[in-house]
Amino acid sequence: MLGAVLLGFLFSLFLVFAGSYFRGKLAVLSSLIPISLFIYFLTFLPQVSAGEVIYENHEWIPSFGVNLSFTLDGLALLFALMITGVGSLVFLYTAAYLKDHKYLDRFYGYLSLFMAAMLGLVLSDNLMSLFIFWELTSISSFYLIGFNNDKADSRKSALTALGITGIGGLLLLGGAVLLGDVAGTYRISEMLMLRDVITDSPHYLLILLLIFGAAFTKSAQFPFHFWLPGAMKAPTPVSTYLHSATMVKAGVYLLFRMTPVLNGGEIWHTILISVGAVTMVYSAFHIIFRTDLKGILAYSTISALGILVFLIGIGTQAALIAAAVFIVVHALYKASLFLITGIIDHETGTRDVTQLAGLRKVMMPVAIAGFVAALISGGVPPTLGFVGKDLIYEATLHFKDNAIFLTIIAISTNVLLFYAGFVAGVKPFMGKLPEKFEKLHLPSPLMWLPPLVMTLAGLVFGLFPGLIESAFAKPIAMTQAIEFEDFHLKLWHGFNTILGLSAITLLLGTVLYFTLKPKHALENAIAKLDVIAPKDLLLKLSEGFAVFSRLWTNFFQTGYLRHYLSIIVAFLILLLGYLIFTDFSLEIDFSTLTELTIYEISILLMLLSGVLYTVFTKSRLAAVAALGVVGLSFSLLFLFYSAPDLAMTQFSVDTLTVILFVLVLYKLPKYLKLSDTGLRIKHGVLSISFGILITLLILRVLNEPKNTEITEYYAENAYKLARGKNIVNVILVDFRGIDTMIEISVLIVAALGVFGLLKLRLKSRDKK
Amino acid sequence: MEIILAIITGVLYASGIYMIMRRSMVKLILGIILLGNGVNLLIFLLGRITKGEPPIIDSAEKVLEGVYADPIPQALILTAIVISFGLQAFAIILVKRTYKVLKTDDLDQLNTTDEDS
Amino acid sequence: MKTIILKSASSYLLPVLLLFSVFILLRGHYLPGGGFVGGLVAAIAFVLDAFSNGLDKTKSVLKIHPGFLMPLGLLIAFLSGVSPIIFSDLPLMTGLWVENPIPVIGAIGSALFFDLGVYLVVIGASLTIIFTISESA
Repeated sequence: MLGAVLLGFLFSLFLVFAGSYFRGKLAVLSSLIPISLFIYFLTFLPQVSAGEVIYENHEWIPSFGVNLSFTLDGLALLFALMITGVGSLVFLYTAAYLKDHKYLDRFYGYLSLFMAAMLGLVLSDNLMSLFIFWELTSISSFYLIGFNNDKADSRKSALTALGITGIGGLLLLGGAVLLGDVAGTYRISEMLMLRDVITDSPHYLLILLLIFGAAFTKSAQFPFHFWLPGAMKAPTPVSTYLHSATMVKAGVYLLFRMTPVLNGGEIWHTILISVGAVTMVYSAFHIIFRTDLKGILAYSTISALGILVFLIGIGTQAALIAAAVFIVVHALYKASLFLITGIIDHETGTRDVTQLAGLRKVMMPVAIAGFVAALISGGVPPTLGFVGKDLIYEATLHFKDNAIFLTIIAISTNVLLFYAGFVAGVKPFMGKLPEKFEKLHLPSPLMWLPPLVMTLAGLVFGLFPGLIESAFAKPIAMTQAIEFEDFHLKLWHGFNTILGLSAITLLLGTVLYFTLKPKHALENAIAKLDVIAPKDLLLKLSEGFAVFSRLWTNFFQTGYLRHYLSIIVAFLILLLGYLIFTDFSLEIDFSTLTELTIYEISILLMLLSGVLYTVFTKSRLAAVAALGVVGLSFSLLFLFYSAPDLAMTQFSVDTLTVILFVLVLYKLPKYLKLSDTGLRIKHGVLSISFGILITLLILRVLNEPKNTEITEYYAENAYKLARGKNIVNVILVDFRGIDTMIEISVLIVAALGVFGLLKLRLKSRDKK
Repeated sequence: MEIILAIITGVLYASGIYMIMRRSMVKLILGIILLGNGVNLLIFLLGRITKGEPPIIDSAEKVLEGVYADPIPQALILTAIVISFGLQAFAIILVKRTYKVLKTDDLDQLNTTDEDS
Repeated sequence: MKTIILKSASSYLLPVLLLFSVFILLRGHYLPGGGFVGGLVAAIAFVLDAFSNGLDKTKSVLKIHPGFLMPLGLLIAFLSGVSPIIFSDLPLMTGLWVENPIPVIGAIGSALFFDLGVYLVVIGASLTIIFTISESA
């Protein structure tokens, strides 16, 4: 499985180097990757439907418990097949859709990067690797949405999407770390056993909220839904693949995965049901106000995602099966509708549904695909959509409380989705063909075959629901760790309430389709309410944030060294000064101090006068000379206090430094008096208080006892182990030899830097 | 003596910081050197100072015993001195180059990354 | 600085100072001294010579550009560090020693070669810096 995940990454890496050869017909070949992966995952189908779960583990960072462990159960297989299956069709479709695009290779690179990340996400058994793949999908989605990077609109949408999903990613990371902390493992399969530990933990609510936050942002739930319509700026294959069939379902997948781990009763149900319900109804009503085909599809996608969250929130076996089937249904019809929209857009140049009509006359196969897709979407028998809708009603009707209310919500949403499907899939092909479209002709089969294949699959699965049942529904139900009851998916249940509800849905949907026509007026009307929409509120928030951070940055990042230094020093003074003042006890034991003799006093006076002279003199040469005095006093000081090596080194370095200064200094200008007196005083006060702080710190530290363990080790072993008697030297060349080696390397770098700075630049200047 | 050395360290820090905050580049380098000396003294002082007992094993002995100065801070400072020589040289040359190209010694003229400043 | 006294003194000082620096290097393991100080003293010797006799003359005494001493020193230090691995399958930086001390030089071991490497690097780096600067000044 690792290979299957890596294949996409490797391919996109390959495109980085070989992208320029990747043109025209060759693009079709790239679809071999998703196709072969699809077949590869298909071979697992018999095993998985028999209830087997396949594990695979590769160590990555075992010390943190982060490993690349993969698990293939019913849920993962469903998603893997969907990712590779829809992926195959989208890869084929893109070859025609973006045939002569300049950046075709780039597009395929992002696409396969996304596919690999998404596969990794659904196969991961480790929460940390899941998080990494999760972020990778967000990043590839960012590049794909902003693919037309010369348009400001695209870039902005991409950024919004990345912002929202990125926040979600952070929440996921937080949730994963907390969950791993509580459970003691990052492996999801091990967490299943620890459900009670997790639900009883004091962090349970926080974990739940973090995971929900991640799922809601990724799966575009209210109030984070607005990035998805914006994401429709991406080329249509992307909308098909990422923003309807796969990536946006990652949140749903996460909830599914976490159901057996986190489903802890009331709060789980309440949050998911209410968020799902609000999302599905809110965005379903939005559909009415849209005229852009992709806009309609975007909102109906959000609504469908709402249904999924809603069903997971209900959480009964019936609901989870309904969700599993609905995932398949939605992927089939929504991806088809997107691809069809793409064809229409590609051929006619518009996606405005009020302008499109009668296209069946020029592109019949597309019209057929659209019609079937609309049937699936509307839940018309005998398609799989019908099976899916029945399951939803069954789930809502049998929920323990508010069954009637939930059912009404589900019906109204489904009615609107029926409408959406027909507007997108049927309306453009009906009626009289406008003159301007008469010259159109059918595009390449690469474009119209994929939607046709998908819709026909929806039809076949509807006629034989047993296929879905054994392949996905049952294995998924088993992964959910609820008590498993046997069940059968059927197209025909006999005459009962559910059938009645379905009939009502179809009827109302048909009525809506014929009475309500998409109008621009409606769209403009709703636009006025945008001011209070979550999107605008959040955008304003982010703008405010940008303004604030600009002010903040400008305040601190002035570009003046002295400002930076003042801020750092002032902060240190405040922080350490506070600590010292609150807990100050300075007891100096004068008996332990070394005595002061006339020699030391004279050295210190020399040192002090050298320092002060360096600071206050107006002549540069005098400053350098004073600095030399400081250095010499230092070497005397070292000599007095038992450090002969240091004394020698300091003396030699001091000599060289003075030579260095003298060599260079004459080339430099005289001191300028640049700062005014006020500034000097301010800096003086800051520096002096910092000096006092350091003095106090030293005195404090000198109070503490000193750890001499390492010193004693060196004293003990310098001769025994290293045969040296000068311990300082032994430390340098033996005990800490590698450090010394790095230090002399630094010295080499400095010398090379000086050499380069002076010689190489001069040479290039000479050439001019 | 320790107290006086602590005060001297404070003086070195204060004067180093003060010099770094000046606008002249030469003063900046002088400040860095002073600050470096202050740090050396700080390390030396925190390792405790001992008079007249260098950490050298007597030629007749095999193990260092009795009172002796701590060799670890000495080893640290020894490399610090040599490295800071490299740093100073590099900084001085940087100043020299900058002055040659930009004809200014004023740090405030340099607070932009643009070529045409 | 073209004084006759310095000029005539430096021609004797250079070899004496260099010998002194080697002396400091060798005694480093037992008494104050070592590669860092030795290298600095040697560098000062050459700088002094350059001041009195001119840079070109000093360079001709050196034969090679001091910059080449840096990689050479690093190589020696590195080899002495890895020599325990090569020669006797011991961990990195283990001291290896010749059994009997040699007169004048004293005990010879990998640590001495490491110090020699440091010595050469310090000479190379200091001289590269000073020579480069005085050339372009």
